[in-house]
Amino acid sequence: MKILVCISKTPDTTSKIAFKNNNTKFEEAGVQWIINPYDEWYALVRAIELKEKDAGTVIHLVTVGGADTEPIIRKAFALGGDEAIRINATSDDSFYVASQIAEIAKQGGYDLIFTGKETIDYNSSSIGGMIAGLLDIPFISLATKFDITGTTTTVTREIEGGEEIAEVSLPVVVSCAKGVAEQRIPNMRGIMAARTKPLKVVEPAAIEPLTHVTSYELPPAKAGVKLVAADNVAELVRLLHEEAKAI
Amino acid sequence: MVLIFIDHADGHIKKASFEALTYGAALAKQLGTNAEGLLCGTVADDLALLGKYGITKVNQVNNEALNNLDSLVYGKTIADAVTALGAKVLVFSHNQTGRAVAPVVAAKLKAGLVTGAIALPDTSNGFVVKKSVFSGKAYANVNITSDIKIISLNPNSYKTVAGEGTAEVSQLNIAIDSLKVKLTAVNKVSGEVPLTEADIVVSGGRGLKGPENWGIIEDLAHVLHAATACSRPVADSNWRPHHEHVGQTGEQIAPNLYIAIGISGAIQHLAGVNRSKHIVVINKDPEAPFFKAADYGIVGDAFEVVPKLTEEIRKLHNS
Repeated sequence: MKILVCISKTPDTTSKIAFKNNNTKFEEAGVQWIINPYDEWYALVRAIELKEKDAGTVIHLVTVGGADTEPIIRKAFALGGDEAIRINATSDDSFYVASQIAEIAKQGGYDLIFTGKETIDYNSSSIGGMIAGLLDIPFISLATKFDITGTTTTVTREIEGGEEIAEVSLPVVVSCAKGVAEQRIPNMRGIMAARTKPLKVVEPAAIEPLTHVTSYELPPAKAGVKLVAADNVAELVRLLHEEAKAI
Repeated sequence: MVLIFIDHADGHIKKASFEALTYGAALAKQLGTNAEGLLCGTVADDLALLGKYGITKVNQVNNEALNNLDSLVYGKTIADAVTALGAKVLVFSHNQTGRAVAPVVAAKLKAGLVTGAIALPDTSNGFVVKKSVFSGKAYANVNITSDIKIISLNPNSYKTVAGEGTAEVSQLNIAIDSLKVKLTAVNKVSGEVPLTEADIVVSGGRGLKGPENWGIIEDLAHVLHAATACSRPVADSNWRPHHEHVGQTGEQIAPNLYIAIGISGAIQHLAGVNRSKHIVVINKDPEAPFFKAADYGIVGDAFEVVPKLTEEIRKLHNS
């Protein structure tokens, strides 16, 4: 089986979010970069678990980004990917990114394409569905469990107030949420092996982006907390009812 | 024309779709055009009544096969409907269905998609949609430049307005592909308010000391008709089911009122809840970082404060 795992570089979850150039660019100074947690913890690790059960499985990683994404590709290699393709472009448009990955996928003949459920920076939750649409293959979003028997996959996915279990044949695109796999950390052998795994850089296909970010904003600061004494709970209820009109 | 996708489950239209309809109707007014709805599948609800949200017509692809969600088939059907109806803007709710379908439609139509929108677009110079980014820590203004534009609206970010009026209900004939995704089971947590649709959410953290103490959270949620949630350590320790986990790597929610009990407020937790309109924090540690993000707070022991709060709310409801 051939699996393509889409990974993205995002700021660490504790990063301070600030902007520069008149609020048009993310301030990268002092930011630690990580593999987008959904891509790493769930999509990539599940692919590795599948490979551990079936030694014939091959895992390719793909990312759209500049040379500065290579450290996260090496980190993914340390966890267990076999080969990586870096599409040498940067974009904030989901359609552009998905189209680039779809071009790679068309050439690769993948049985399974994994993405994280969303990135923690743009939160678009769009890449997986777009790849599926572009390749015209089924898509399962927000998977919390993924199993495969022969060429049939069984996927549990989140719906409002519960979950659905569905079966679909390969090939399929799956966006992975919490539950699909157990987070793991790379071991020394993996870290050593990561240095020599093949990383191919390809130039992007000619695709016109359909959206672009014009500016960023930070939310207005909170006015400050109104503290109510622990023995005066009635006052909190009054504030929530009369002032906030929330109950 | 602005076309709004109407989502449904168990024969009923979802609350998030009422918000999307209101939003789409307001957008149509802004653009000087009309708004229509699109429903795939069948429901028990009276579709004509959706006119009260400001739409003139509901287009229904009346095919029971579409009551099951197969993203690819759904996406193609909606894309065909957009083309057949000549819609220029398509609106989804950015709920689980929106996430499953909107990107497929965008790919099929080569339409620019902005998900997680929180306000009407600024159409004075382009078509600029404000969306939540960095897990609620910032907003981005995104210009859509394609001919057809798709917006997926964050749940609980646009107030539903119901007025007068009925909509014409019209059947739309679209040939659908056979479903490739076969649904084998649906497990719904019955009797609970779905977390992403809830107006009020009561959430518990490690400060509650153990799963056996969740009764006070459930009692409070019950009197408020609220959904229950929890912090990551609580879900990771299996005190509560994983679908209740809110935070950066769990569910991101934006209820009208979020009540955090015994949660310190780590930055990753805040990322999942900081779009809530009002935040109440109950914590015995006055230094808990969550107080900085809160609107109202009580420094005190949850086991004493929460039952009193439940009692006071019950009194309010009875008064």
